[in-house]
Amino acid sequence: MEGSLARESALKEILPENTAKTLVPQAEVAREVRPAPPRYRNEIAKYIIRRSSDCTLCGRCARVCPNGVHVLKPGYKLFSAPHLNVCIGPSCRKTDHYCIDLCPNKALQMVENPMLKAMGDYRWTPDMLMATWRMAETGEPPAPEYGYEYETGASGGGFDRLRFRFPEKPPVDLLDDEIDTSIVLNRRGDGRPQVKIDVPWYGGGMSFGSVSNVVQLSKARAAVAFNTFTCTGEGGYMERMKPYDDHVITQIATGLFGVREETIQRVRIVEFKYAQGAKPGLGGHLLADKVTPAVARMRETVLGISLFSPFPFHSVYSIEDHQKHMDWIKHINRQTLIATKVSTPNDVDMVAVGSYSAGTHIVHLDGGYGGTGAAPDIAKKNIAMPIEYGIVKVHRFLTDEGIRDKVTLIASGGLRTPHDIAKAIALGADGVVVGTSELVALGCIRCSRCESGRGCPRGIATTDAELASDVDLEWGTQRIINLYSAWRKELVAILKRFGMRSVSELRGRTDLLMHLDYTNDVETHI
Amino acid sequence: MPKKYHIDTKKIPPRLPKTGKFGIVDWREDCARCHNCVKKACVYDRYRQEMQYIKDLEEFSAMFFECMGCFSCVQKCTKGLLALTVNPQYERMGNGYYTPDIILTTWNQAETAGIPVSGAGYRGKFTGSGFDSMWTDMSEIVRPTRDGIHGREYISTSVDIGRKPKLLSFENNELTTVLPPLVDLPVPIVIDMFPEEYHFPSLTPMLLAAAVNTGTMVIVDWERHDLLGTYKEKHLSNIAFYVGKDASLPTPEILGKLRLIEIADGNGIEDRIKEIKAVNPRLVVAVRVELDSRGEGRSIELARNPAIEAIHIVSDINGNQTGVEKPKFIKDMTRHIHTALVKDGIRDEVTIIAGGGIALAEHMAKEIICGADAIAINMPLLIGLECRFCKSCRDGFDCPAKIESITAEYGAGRMTNLIAVWHDQLIEVMGAMGMREARRLRGETGRALFFEDIEEETFGRLFGKRISA
Repeated sequence: MEGSLARESALKEILPENTAKTLVPQAEVAREVRPAPPRYRNEIAKYIIRRSSDCTLCGRCARVCPNGVHVLKPGYKLFSAPHLNVCIGPSCRKTDHYCIDLCPNKALQMVENPMLKAMGDYRWTPDMLMATWRMAETGEPPAPEYGYEYETGASGGGFDRLRFRFPEKPPVDLLDDEIDTSIVLNRRGDGRPQVKIDVPWYGGGMSFGSVSNVVQLSKARAAVAFNTFTCTGEGGYMERMKPYDDHVITQIATGLFGVREETIQRVRIVEFKYAQGAKPGLGGHLLADKVTPAVARMRETVLGISLFSPFPFHSVYSIEDHQKHMDWIKHINRQTLIATKVSTPNDVDMVAVGSYSAGTHIVHLDGGYGGTGAAPDIAKKNIAMPIEYGIVKVHRFLTDEGIRDKVTLIASGGLRTPHDIAKAIALGADGVVVGTSELVALGCIRCSRCESGRGCPRGIATTDAELASDVDLEWGTQRIINLYSAWRKELVAILKRFGMRSVSELRGRTDLLMHLDYTNDVETHI
Repeated sequence: MPKKYHIDTKKIPPRLPKTGKFGIVDWREDCARCHNCVKKACVYDRYRQEMQYIKDLEEFSAMFFECMGCFSCVQKCTKGLLALTVNPQYERMGNGYYTPDIILTTWNQAETAGIPVSGAGYRGKFTGSGFDSMWTDMSEIVRPTRDGIHGREYISTSVDIGRKPKLLSFENNELTTVLPPLVDLPVPIVIDMFPEEYHFPSLTPMLLAAAVNTGTMVIVDWERHDLLGTYKEKHLSNIAFYVGKDASLPTPEILGKLRLIEIADGNGIEDRIKEIKAVNPRLVVAVRVELDSRGEGRSIELARNPAIEAIHIVSDINGNQTGVEKPKFIKDMTRHIHTALVKDGIRDEVTIIAGGGIALAEHMAKEIICGADAIAINMPLLIGLECRFCKSCRDGFDCPAKIESITAEYGAGRMTNLIAVWHDQLIEVMGAMGMREARRLRGETGRALFFEDIEEETFGRLFGKRISA
């Protein structure tokens, strides 16, 4: 079954040919790395330097440190708070500017920051958070001197136990510019556009309501810079998003909030959200406090009343029903691609094949451990399989069915770093969707309080104007651009070590992976 | 339309400050007196609450007990004087199985009766031991029903305790099979007896009140029935008396009014069942089986006996087999027993109630998937009363949470809240699975993902043999 594509050609005569063309001038955002310093006065650092009362304020530490850790402002008698986040820690001992040894009165002491114990979690370790902040600040992977162990978390399974088997020497010497990180999102050959994105990831769906205006726009602008996409999430399409139409995926979720023909006709990808990894099978619930006048207007609902997105689509009980939904969108917008976002149930492989049969271009698997917004704890931990399993299962099944190259497989749900992205691709995905990492770049510390009271205390997952004002649009855009830039460099470095000219060569190369808990003596790969 | 099962709840605040996860270390001596204190700007107003708390303080206790750990004050302080750390008192809570996180979430659930919700995705380990080594399934398009917003509104959590006939016989269109008695519970939770060291006199009436509020049953040692006081007569339908091996049976008058009774396993249980049935043939008899080295085998043996209606398997409070060097976990033992009975073709004839180690609502759902018809709980209810699992009581010291002095309204209310929110979470899980009845959840291992199976299926084929846990 090939969906309704054959029937579509007959409708060309009665439908406008180019409904996707937006009338709003599209914004341009330069893919340019610029410093985007942290926005808090006291940035959290891996190491702290304690200054004892033996300090004579001679200022030697400030003079010798090339990173500017110690701050003695001209005209001030006392040191200001040190910039500890740029301190490279014990690895500085090998240099000639190690302040601890050079202090004439031995007044300085370096210790690992005890606060790190209270920060992060098994999946997002303190090192991973700090490394992501660093990448968002500089646009570069953190220098090894900082000692961040950020390539894996401490969850003890999945990506955190997978490693690449790099060859001792790259089989081919390639320049960075020779390596292509782009992927194609339409593989069906159905006459719709061959949408190509420059990096194998796009931004996950976060609705206005779950995050602030500024956060949504920062994501969109970064997507423009990297010729990729961001997703509106459920709840509609802000007027302010229109200059970014060409890089926006609008979502049709079960509540159909904010779904209008006009917005569907603007975009190049429409996403059907069947389920989401944060709360697989549970639908959505936007708390009354977050239904502000702006949210209510966009969702065409009543101010201050909780909004439920039921699970699942009330009108879908079969693949045929799903196809009917897609037909509806394909006929409204004759240029758009369709993405189908599902979670990872036991039969995820069948779901993926069914979705392809119904006519989707992108199968988006959202694994059980992901998610950015508020969700019941019981769902986050327990329902549906982690994405690592889902990717392998679906890739294997699509391959066996002979349709692997006709559909784009996108994975999400707990991908945190470029290394996770590369591993997901090696397991069988074409690309990934990221969400939490973008929020971490904007200063999220993963305190998990997205749902409490006024919302996020860091000004990210909130519609409270005062809290949201903590994040500036230019700064937010730059932080995400910097993060993407650092990630791309890391990804290129991985491909380079394998001598691969394109990220698509990495897809399904499980033979290049090893698992720390296995004998790794199987020769074949998927 | 039949009346919907509903548990009335109301918020019941804690008596003591919670032992929160985070603590702020405040180095006040170098304060710049900038009058722009970040403490005032705490999004959650925790500092102001703390000051109020100190003002009203009667004795020393934890401070900053509800800090949310957002680091905002730490990072905004003009002089960088504040530090955030994990509260060592928090880390000391629990016994390894009942972790500080489990204790804190249980307190919150018993207080609010609200399903715990948080943001930013899952934070824990990829997998773990016991119940953490499995996931429940979900369905992309199947709903429990076509009614309601989510289809969850009509999920039934009822279960039946008792023996069910394998088939029904009819003669001349008349049912000739004598239907055995069944106890219908609206929620698959039975309140179990407490280990002696955790017991205190006023607890039993509160447990009964919680059972009445939630429509379920509490198991009470018959030799301690006096603790129930005057409530006993009024609520016998919510009480299942436990009769020890050498204990005498309840009076015929009481036996006649009970729905469920539990007897200790041992020699002569058939005679004891006959004795009970002679007084009240409609009384369902459950046999309590300790999950020691013989427990699994004994449970299977009992299930094959047509005289046995229900088996209550009991592990230790951490879900472990007792009296063996390498104990098996309750979920694995239940699965073993369930599978053996399925192979014998008798699983539907006998009821299995499983207890021990069920610390969270998710454990209840998983234990039922592994083969239990219903679960029995005790320790989570105690934790709901602000127990910290410090073991002081076990060692003969005073309880720092002063649990013996709680009021009936507080005790029964908090326990009712906890059962209500477990019920709600069971519905969440079943809704995601597209299942409409808790009865059908039992033994549905095909609707779960077990770590060892999925690892082998996914990574075993790619990476060889698994060499470490």
